[in-house]
Amino acid sequence: MSLEPHGDEKPLLTLAGVSKSFPGVRALSSVSLSLFPGQVTALVGENGAGKSTLVKILTGIYWPEEGHLSIDGERQSFSSPHDAAQAGITAIHQETVLFDDLSVAENIFIGHAPRSRFGLIDGRTMRREAARLLERIGASLDPTARLRDLGIASKHLVAIARALSIDARVVIMDEPTAALSHKEIEELYELVETLKADGKAILFISHKFDEIFRIADRYTVFRDGEMAGSGLITETDSSSLVTLMVGRSVESVFPAGSGHLGESVMYVKGYSHPTEFEDITFSLRRGEILGFYGLVGAGRSECMQSLFGVSRPSAGRVEIDGRELAAASPADAIARGLVYVPEDRGGQGAITGLPVVGNVALPSLGGLSRRGFVAMAREFALAREYTTRLDLRAAALDQPVGQLSGGNQQKVVIAKWLATRPTVIILDEPTKGIDIGSKAAVHAFMRELADDGLAVIMVSSEIPEVLGMSDRVIVLREGRQVAEFDSEVASPEALVRAAAGIDEAA
Amino acid sequence: MKIPESASAPRALPDRSRGWLARSATSWETLLLLVAITIFLINMQASPYFLDPWNLSDATFNFTEKAMIAFAMALLIVAGEIDLSVASIIALASTAMGFAVQLGAGTPALVFIGLGVGLLCGAFNGLLVARFGLPSIVVTIGTLSLFRGIAYIVLGDQAYSGYPESFAWFGQGYVFWVITVEMVLFVLVAVAFGVLLHKTSFGRAVYAIGNNPTAALFSGIRVPRVKFVLFLLTGLMAGLAAVCLTSRLGSTRPSIAVGWELEVVTMVVLGGVNILGGSGTLLGVVLAAIIMGLVTFGFGLMNVPGIVMSIFVGLLLIAVIALPVLGRRLVSLRR
Amino acid sequence: MSGLLSRRDALLALALALLIALVAWRFPAFARPASLGGVFTDSSILIILALGQMVVILTRCIDLSMASNLALVGMIVAMTNAALPALPVPLLVVLAIAIGATLGAVNGLLVWKVGIPPIVVTLGTLTIFRGLIFVISDGQWINAHEMSDGFKALPRLTVAEVPLLAWSAIVAFAAVAVFVSRTGTGRALYAVGGNPDAAVYAGIDAGRTRCIAFVIAGALAGFAGYLWVARYAVAYVDIAGGFELDVIAACVIGGISIAGGIGTVVGALLGALFLGVIKNALPVVDVSPFWQLAISGAAIIIAVLFNARAERRPGRIILKRAEQGVAVVAPRPLQGGSMWGESIRAESNRGESG
Repeated sequence: MSLEPHGDEKPLLTLAGVSKSFPGVRALSSVSLSLFPGQVTALVGENGAGKSTLVKILTGIYWPEEGHLSIDGERQSFSSPHDAAQAGITAIHQETVLFDDLSVAENIFIGHAPRSRFGLIDGRTMRREAARLLERIGASLDPTARLRDLGIASKHLVAIARALSIDARVVIMDEPTAALSHKEIEELYELVETLKADGKAILFISHKFDEIFRIADRYTVFRDGEMAGSGLITETDSSSLVTLMVGRSVESVFPAGSGHLGESVMYVKGYSHPTEFEDITFSLRRGEILGFYGLVGAGRSECMQSLFGVSRPSAGRVEIDGRELAAASPADAIARGLVYVPEDRGGQGAITGLPVVGNVALPSLGGLSRRGFVAMAREFALAREYTTRLDLRAAALDQPVGQLSGGNQQKVVIAKWLATRPTVIILDEPTKGIDIGSKAAVHAFMRELADDGLAVIMVSSEIPEVLGMSDRVIVLREGRQVAEFDSEVASPEALVRAAAGIDEAA
Repeated sequence: MKIPESASAPRALPDRSRGWLARSATSWETLLLLVAITIFLINMQASPYFLDPWNLSDATFNFTEKAMIAFAMALLIVAGEIDLSVASIIALASTAMGFAVQLGAGTPALVFIGLGVGLLCGAFNGLLVARFGLPSIVVTIGTLSLFRGIAYIVLGDQAYSGYPESFAWFGQGYVFWVITVEMVLFVLVAVAFGVLLHKTSFGRAVYAIGNNPTAALFSGIRVPRVKFVLFLLTGLMAGLAAVCLTSRLGSTRPSIAVGWELEVVTMVVLGGVNILGGSGTLLGVVLAAIIMGLVTFGFGLMNVPGIVMSIFVGLLLIAVIALPVLGRRLVSLRR
Repeated sequence: MSGLLSRRDALLALALALLIALVAWRFPAFARPASLGGVFTDSSILIILALGQMVVILTRCIDLSMASNLALVGMIVAMTNAALPALPVPLLVVLAIAIGATLGAVNGLLVWKVGIPPIVVTLGTLTIFRGLIFVISDGQWINAHEMSDGFKALPRLTVAEVPLLAWSAIVAFAAVAVFVSRTGTGRALYAVGGNPDAAVYAGIDAGRTRCIAFVIAGALAGFAGYLWVARYAVAYVDIAGGFELDVIAACVIGGISIAGGIGTVVGALLGALFLGVIKNALPVVDVSPFWQLAISGAAIIIAVLFNARAERRPGRIILKRAEQGVAVVAPRPLQGGSMWGESIRAESNRGESG
C-alpha cells in the first residue's frame, strides 16, 4: 500500500456536479469525483447510494442531466457505451457481462476485432493478440476455449484482458472479489498493481473495508446519491468511513434476545445434494436464531433452497414438528410452515410488477379465498395489517413493488411470509444491499420474531451480523459443514479460518 | 440500541394511490371502447344495412368462436406462454366428431368427443410445456403441425358430413329472437374467464407467474400445475369452438380454421394483454373481439375481400401497440 | 470457432444419414447421387429461408412474415416480368432481393425504433404483406404462359451439372456462413442473443443488430420469392402459405435455440435437408403425402425435446469431488418463463435506478 499518491496530481477523469434522476427517485445529486492515473480510488456507499448509477454514467449507458464528465481536462459527451469505450473507460462487473457462447478471444475482442483485407474478422491475429494479453496478466487460458466452460475467476481475467485490449485508461471494478477464493483475490490484487503501474486510473467499488485499506490510494463516499466525503485513504479509518456512509455514528449493537429457547422444532440430518452440498446436519429450536456463515459460493443458499423445495436433495432427512418433510416444491414446504426469504429480492423474493397487496397476500391466498374466490376486502386487510406492522414506506397498497426502495422491498417480502404464520423462517442475506437504518430495523424485527417463538435461520456473510444476531453459528465451506460455534464464545478469526480452510493442510 | 428515527408512529397505508375515475380514464379498455364506438359509427354511416338486427346477429359468427378461444388464450399469454396449435386442435376435434358421426354417434356423444379431444390436445401441450419445461412457442408450432397432420391422415382431402340435425343447434341455433346460441356461449365463457382471471386465487397466480415465474414459484405457487391447467382450458375452448364451427358448417374438412391461431392471438394482443405476460384484462379482450367483429362485418358490407380486411387487422395490431409508445415519446420531446 | 461441426450438428448429420439409409434399404434408388441431388435441389428454397430465419432467431427474435414476404416479392417480380418481358432476368433477381430487404427493414425498424415485440410485428406484417399481394394483383394469377422463358428457365440452368436453384442455396449458405462467423455484425448476432445486457456494455447496438438480422432475412425471402415463382411458374395470393412453419421447424430441428445465441449455419442447412428428405421420401416409400404434416410436427417436438436437454446448463458445482469429471447435471429449479420475450423485458427493466 502506498504511503502517498504517486504519479501526477492531475486527475485523468473528472465528474463535476453530476445529477441524474429517474421517475420518483433522485439517484445522484451534484456529485463530483476525480480519478488519478496510477491510483486506485475506492468508492464506498450503501446500495441505493448511487454507485451503480455512477458506473452506468461513466460507461455511457446513462447520461447525466446536470454536470459534466472530463477526460484529461476535455469535456466528453457519450451517446452510447461505445463512446465511453472509445474514450478509454471500461468496467468489470460482479456478474459476467461477457458471452458464454463465444470464445475467450472473441470475448476479448468483441466490438473491436482485428480485421483482414475484406473487412472480415482476422481470426488468427485475434487469437494471437488474445494470447499475448492473457500472458501479460498472468492468465493461462486457451484463447479458443468457450467462456461457458470457465469459472468466475477466469471470466474476470478475460474481462481484464478485454480492458487492456481496448487500451482502457480508466478501469472500473465493481465488487470484483465477491465470488473469488482467497488465492484468486490475492491474484486480483497483484493485477491491480500491474494496472496501476501501467498508469491506469482505477475506480474500485467494494464494501469490504480490509480490501479498501489494502489496495486503495484514495476514497470517495456516497450517501443517498450525494457525495459524503473524499480524500486520501491514509487520512481516514473504518469508523470514519462508516460515519460518512451513514451520516451518524452507529455502534454495531445488535438487539439482545430474551434467552428463551423453546423445544426443538426442526431437525436436519445428512442432507446432501449431488453437486452443491453434503452431509448437512443440525437442529433448531423455537426462539433460536441459527446463523450460517461461509464464503460466497460455499453452498449455503443452495442448501436452504433445497430445504425449501426448490431443488431436490440426493440424501438426508428433514423433520419439522416431528414429522418428515419431503418438499418437492416450495408449496409443500410452506404448507408445513417453512418459509424462505431469498437473497435475490427482485428476482426471487418480490414480484416487482405486482402491487404491494398482491405480493403480501400471494402465499396466503388459500386462506383468503372461499372455494377459490378471493375476498378482496380480506386481501387488503391482510396486507394492511402486515405492512403497518413492518412500517412499510409506500404511496399506497396498490403501488407496484418495483418502485419501492430496497429496504422496503425487503419488508414486503418479509411481510408476505409473516402473513403465513410460519414455524421456521429462513432469511438469506436479509440485510444485503439495504441502508443502515433499515438494516437495524430488520435486525430488531428478526429478534422479535424469535422472541415470539419462531425458529429463525439466518444466512449471512457479514461477521458482525452473524455473531451479533445468532445464538449459534454453523460454518459451511465448499458445500461441507466444517464447524459449529456458540456465538458467545466464537471469535471472528475462528469463523474466517473455518470458512476459508486456513489451518488445514492443503 | 439505536433504531433510526422513523419519525411518525407506524400508520396504515391507503389502499389505492389513485381514485377509480383516474384509473379508468387512462386505461387501455377505455381506449378500446372509444375505438369500438368509432368503428360502430363509421359502419353506421357507411352502410344502411349495418343496423339491421339480423345482419348484426349474423355478423357475430365471425368472431364468437375465435373469441371463446381468445379468452382462454388470454390467460395463457398473461402467464407468459402461448398456444399456436389452437386452430389445429379445432381441425382434429372436428375430424374426430366427423369420424364419430360415421360410426353413428348422436349429438351428446359428439359434443363430448369434441370437447374431449380438445382437452386431450391441451393436455399434450401442457405436458410438454409445464412438465418438461419446453418453450411453448416451438412446442405449439410442433403440435400445430402434428394435430392437423393427424386430421389429414384420417381424412385426406375428403370431408365428413351427415351430422345429426340436433347437432346444428350449437352453431346455427337461436336462443331468443336474434340472439344466437353462440352469442350466449360467448357471454358465458367471457364471464367465466373474467371471473377466473380477476376474482380467484388461480387468476392471481396467473398474473404472478407471468410477471416473474421464479418468484411465483418461491411464493408457493405450483407453477407447473397452473400452466398445465391453462393449456387444458385452451384446448377445451378450442374443442368448444370446434363443436360450434362444425355445427355451423355442417361438415368437416382437415383444412378448417386455418390461420385462426393468428387471429386469436391478434384479438388477445389488441385487447391489451402484454404478449410478454404479466398484465391484461379480460374486458379488453372482449372489446377487442367486438372491434374485430365490427371491422369484419363493416368491410364485408362494403364488399371488401377478406384478405384486404386482414391487412387492416395487421395494421391495427401494429398501430395499437405503436401509438402509445410513439405518443409518449412525442410528449417527452415537447417537454 | 473450434472445429467445423459442433457436436449437435454431427449428431444431426448422423440422424440424416440414418434416415436416408433407412429409406434406401427398401428403395436403393433413393440413395443414388442423382436422387439425393434432386432432394437437395428440391429443398433449396427451404434452406435459403431457414438461413434467414436462423439469423433472426439468433438475436432472440422471430420472423413469422418470411413466407408472406416471399409471396409478395414473387408476385411483384412475376408481374414485372409479365409486363416487361424484355427486362433481363438477373435484374429482376436483384430487384427481388432489394424489395425483400425493404420488407424486412419494415419489420426491423418496427422492432428497433418502436420497440414492438417481434412476434407481434411479424404477426402483423404477415397479413399485411399477404394482403398486399391481393391488392396489387387484384386476385389474379400470373400463369406460366405469361412469364418469359428466360424467367422460368433460370433456376433450371445447370452449372457443372448442378441446377442454379441448388447453387443458390449453396451460395446463400456460404454467404451467411461467412457473415455469421467472420464479420463484426455476424458475431454480434450471437452476442445480442446470448447476453443482450452484456452486448450493450460491449458497445454493440442490439437494436441495430436485430434490424440488420430482419433485413437479411427479408432479402433472403425476396430472393426465394423469385426462385419460387420461377420454379413453379405461377404466382398468386396463396403461394407458400404456411411455409413459415416449415422454416421454423427446420431451424428447431437444426438446433437453433429459440432463446437466442445458439445455432449454426450447418444446423440450419441440415434441419432443412431433414425436412426435405422426409418430404421426398414419403412418395418413394409409398406413404400418402397427407402424412407429411404430422411427421414434421413430430420431428419438431422431438427436436425441441432434444434441444432442451442439450441446452440445459449444469447446476452450480460446489462440492470438490463433483468437479472432477463427474458429469452430474443437477436438477435446475423450474423457471419456464417465456423465453422469447426475455431480452426485451430485460431491456425495459434497465431504466431502474442504481
